[in-house]
Amino acid sequence: MNRILVAAILLGSFAGGANAQTSQATLLAGACQGCHGANGAGAQGIPGIHHTMSRSEFTLAMQDFRANRREATVMGRIARGYTDAEFAALAAHFARPEASR
Amino acid sequence: MTIARRSLLGASALLAMPHVARAQGRARLVILGGGFGGASAARFARDHYPALDVTLIERSQRFTTCPYGNLVLAGTRRVEDITFGYEQLAARGVRVLHAEAAAVEAEARAVRLADGTRVPYDRLVMSPGIDLRWGAIEGYDEAASAKMPHGWIPYRQPITVLAAQLRAMRQGGVFLMAIPDNPFRCPPGPYERISMVASYLKRHNPTAKIIALDAKNGFSKQPLFQEAWEELYPGMIDWRGASSDGRVMRVDTNEMALETEFGEKVKGDVINVIPPQFAAGIARAAGLAADSGWCPIKPDSFESTRVPNIHVIGDASVAAPMPKSGFAAATQARQAVAAAAAQLAGREVPAAVYFNTCYSHVGEDYGISIVGVFRASGGRLIEVEGAGGISPRNAALPGARRAEHRRLEAIYADGWYEAITREMFAQA
Repeated sequence: MNRILVAAILLGSFAGGANAQTSQATLLAGACQGCHGANGAGAQGIPGIHHTMSRSEFTLAMQDFRANRREATVMGRIARGYTDAEFAALAAHFARPEASR
Repeated sequence: MTIARRSLLGASALLAMPHVARAQGRARLVILGGGFGGASAARFARDHYPALDVTLIERSQRFTTCPYGNLVLAGTRRVEDITFGYEQLAARGVRVLHAEAAAVEAEARAVRLADGTRVPYDRLVMSPGIDLRWGAIEGYDEAASAKMPHGWIPYRQPITVLAAQLRAMRQGGVFLMAIPDNPFRCPPGPYERISMVASYLKRHNPTAKIIALDAKNGFSKQPLFQEAWEELYPGMIDWRGASSDGRVMRVDTNEMALETEFGEKVKGDVINVIPPQFAAGIARAAGLAADSGWCPIKPDSFESTRVPNIHVIGDASVAAPMPKSGFAAATQARQAVAAAAAQLAGREVPAAVYFNTCYSHVGEDYGISIVGVFRASGGRLIEVEGAGGISPRNAALPGARRAEHRRLEAIYADGWYEAITREMFAQA
């Protein structure tokens, strides 16, 4: 019994740690936050990106920046450094929550 | 009841075993240095790793940023506007120790403070910044820097020292600069400084000149800076690269002159010497630096290649092709913390993608930038090809769009500064 409890404690704390298994999106989002703000709210003319777009709008915007289809100052140069999978991860991180399918 | 008591007994038995206690979730992450790297690391660790015990060691109660110091020279920012405290980080649960760190005792895994106290760590993230190589330019030591300010490490010499000399300069005087070879803190910084001094002079001392003696032949965002100088400050700026005898070998504080490689003595009314640099002394003393004076790291974790359990981020690290910038330090901080946490928990280090943007102000409503995306690949840091780069040159921007582009980048520079400082100091 004791052994199980000890295991449970360890598991519980590992879960705390595992919770801390920061998703790749959280790390990627750091790049965006550098200008768009810790909470993605934007500042001083830099647009907010937190819950301002749907996931598909977010991904499309990034793809348009990457392909030079959308006028940009810095975003084109930035978007060309990332993959579609990373756009999708960032979209899930920043876009408006969507009803689960 | 029984269960609760038994679980408590179980927990206390575990605490008696240090390695298990760590696994239990109070691993100690200590961060040394509270600048762009260290403050960002503390914020990120506190927000995303509740199981970590996070301590930040920083000597100063208040931190003045290097970025935007040049705008204090221009007169468009006050030094108070670019100075921050650690209260909000502490309020979020970061243990902030305002103390001078004397040494890193890597074998014992502890940081020794000046008062002898030891701060033990399981993982240490160091963001110690730089020191100036006194004497690398003959005659340029700390005493000389009072007369010829560097204005490159705010806690050693506030930017206001140089700003006061600029304001007191005679009409038509010469503002003379010495700029070092690579690598050094903030690659575009000296050229933003030239621009912001020019902006001040244009308004208050329009017949003055700027002479910049540079130990290298090219610099960050060079075509953009030089086009802007011609456009905004025609005839005011004389930049001389290494092949035009720009390398400064010696300073003469009595004659107020800089002596170049080929023996020319260039006089200045105000002289700003940005000397060669290396990683801060505490990192070098801990054996973290190579012969170059900078600290080599593993590109996916920023863990030192020389001393285990220590991550070195920011200007002190060898992270080329990433620049020594505040944004780079902040992006390295997140990855280093994630890697440290993963390693403490026996997990794999997450894939490393780093990012940098350096904005520079060149004039009123005139900003430019350089961007880079970087990945750890095959044991090296690489810049993603086809991405990043500098703002478009004038010729690539049609008339109306040009002014708008420069104006927007100036605004975005301010937005970047606000966003990153608010995040670092937990004001947002």
